Amino acid sequence: MTTTHPESDVILEVKDLQKHFPTRTSGIIRRASDPVKAVDGISFSVNRGETLGLVGESGCGKSTAGRTMLQLLEPTGGSIHYNGRDITGVHGADLRKLRTEMQMVFQDPYGSLNPRQTIGTIVAAPFDIQGITPDGGVKAEVQSLMERVGLNPEHYNRYPHEFSGGQRQRIGIARAVALRPKLIVCDEPVSALDVSIQAQVVNLLEDLQTEYDLTYVFVAHDLSVIRHISDRVAVMYLGKFMEVADRDELYANPLHPYTQALLSAVPIPDPRKENKRERILLKGDLPSPINPPSGCVFHTRCPRFREELSETERKRCTTEIPLVQKIGNHEVACHFAGAAKIDVI
Amino acid sequence: MSTWVPTEGTSDALLSVRDLKVTFPTEDGLVKAVNGLTFDLNAGETLGIVGESGSGKSVTSQAIMGLHRGTRAKVEGSIDFDGKNLLKLEDEELRVMRGRDIAMIFQDPLSALHPYYTVGNQIIEAYKVHHGSASKAAVRAHVIDMLERVGIPNPQKRIDQYPHEFSGGMRQRAMIAMALVNSPRLVIADEPTTALDVTVQAQILDLLIDLQKDINAAIIIITHDLGVVAEMADKIMVMYGGKAVEGGTADQTFYSPEHPYTWGLLQSMPRIDRERLDRLRPIPGNPPSLISPPSGCAFHTRCAYRDDENLGCSTIVPEFDVQDWHPVRCLIPAPKRKAIFDTEIRTPSS
Repeated sequence: MTTTHPESDVILEVKDLQKHFPTRTSGIIRRASDPVKAVDGISFSVNRGETLGLVGESGCGKSTAGRTMLQLLEPTGGSIHYNGRDITGVHGADLRKLRTEMQMVFQDPYGSLNPRQTIGTIVAAPFDIQGITPDGGVKAEVQSLMERVGLNPEHYNRYPHEFSGGQRQRIGIARAVALRPKLIVCDEPVSALDVSIQAQVVNLLEDLQTEYDLTYVFVAHDLSVIRHISDRVAVMYLGKFMEVADRDELYANPLHPYTQALLSAVPIPDPRKENKRERILLKGDLPSPINPPSGCVFHTRCPRFREELSETERKRCTTEIPLVQKIGNHEVACHFAGAAKIDVI
Repeated sequence: MSTWVPTEGTSDALLSVRDLKVTFPTEDGLVKAVNGLTFDLNAGETLGIVGESGSGKSVTSQAIMGLHRGTRAKVEGSIDFDGKNLLKLEDEELRVMRGRDIAMIFQDPLSALHPYYTVGNQIIEAYKVHHGSASKAAVRAHVIDMLERVGIPNPQKRIDQYPHEFSGGMRQRAMIAMALVNSPRLVIADEPTTALDVTVQAQILDLLIDLQKDINAAIIIITHDLGVVAEMADKIMVMYGGKAVEGGTADQTFYSPEHPYTWGLLQSMPRIDRERLDRLRPIPGNPPSLISPPSGCAFHTRCAYRDDENLGCSTIVPEFDVQDWHPVRCLIPAPKRKAIFDTEIRTPSS
């Protein structure tokens, strides 16, 4: 899904990206069998300074997509252009150099910090790896970074276990911005945190974006957080994009039945609204990404398919893969895209 | 609802918790995980306990289930269920009640189900413990019926499968089937949907509401997600640092909350049902230490409305008046709290 923007505005362009993980049959003779199609042909571009939200349920491939676009995983197919340059499959010294411009913030603030290293060492790692000495020395720079993300610079010699979850996430963020990258993929950066701390970290990420002119790809399952932080939102299901649109447009007027079901399922902290609300319930579970449904991957759970379509229309859903079509400012992969019959929020 | 709990000695609630305290001795000192909790719960009613990590909400549910027995934890106060103090029961008496009268739904179905046994065997076991004389065929039929009621398709086949063959949502349904197989009178659901995707969460919450109607059970739902309790709870208790800070009906909690911490919780979450804010309003600082909690009001270190000079927020411990109909553990006088809420917190759409 590409949008037309002047080339200079586009920092990242992804075309038909695929990431398949090989699987093997069980038993004595382990033969290669059908791969897990975690990401199966997604295309999009990210503009400089914007935040693209990638939202979907567990197993939809959103984290794999984030990792693959940073070359933490090698793509199976498709291409990734960064600032107009093809970076698909770069490795070694070239990739290391690229890391000064692209970084990642991880979900788990416990697992992503080495418990045997001090905070000072962790945040200084990017400088060590790149062989860069900032003006004023590494220690001074690390301490100023710590201060910037809201940590006490005197805690330079402490270890991760001495910090709370929210503080650890700040450490991870300090490390990610240390080299002043241009693009950061944030993979569920706040989902492990308590609500009151979540808001602190979201605000910090927004401040840093303005201050350092950052572009974010923000991967999350929480639709409320995604709405708050994103300029544009892509909704993923079984390795594919279902709908991409500007944030306000997507939330006010979702056109894909999956987007509509997702939004209608978000519990709202307001009992009166909650009691009046109708839900678009999805039946069943996520199908296997090893053997995804034919035609539209969503048809097995699609409420529109189940309730609104005729026999001939259904046949189209089960046999023909929906192409991305442009409806207004939306890009939707659905043969029968259209507004929901009820208010989804 | 009248007062938070009736005057002493007159409670006829199904569950009556009075001044519950749970402490854990550790090398660093005594952890006061739950520090004086009082509430009532009637049959058919749902209580939502809301709080962040370390607020004591899960420890409370474990105390009711008697899961601190045989550990170093010290449990004080009283937990009366159906007129019997659960803390005074012999292990054997408690064992008979647990699973039959009081059941629990855990957050993570994968670690709560045994990977070695089929889902059916685990539910059958839960039933047979309390119905020893039932015939094998009858038990199996009952369990298949239960799996069907919780919405597991093809239960005749599913009953003989192992937990790893179930998806996350199906496992949570199986756990609910296990918890409800004996038609318990009290169900404790500890973050029952936190591990689930939002579309599955909606299914599970609807399922719990339906099943509650069937068996008229009382439910305690423990969660950090105010959206989840908005859908389910009749009354809500907000916990902070091991204590209740605000208690009331769901309407009171959502439409006229009075504790600054409750305000903070409601304000810090981004809301898809409201105008998008340019900036989120977090609660500053971090949750309190349970070993050496802040002096005075435990929340004063993070509270935007503290007034040490006039109210003594940093020195005086505020009370939770259980004879109030909407108790609030805060030193700010009630009229002033209401005024702050009306002028600074309430949004036009609420």
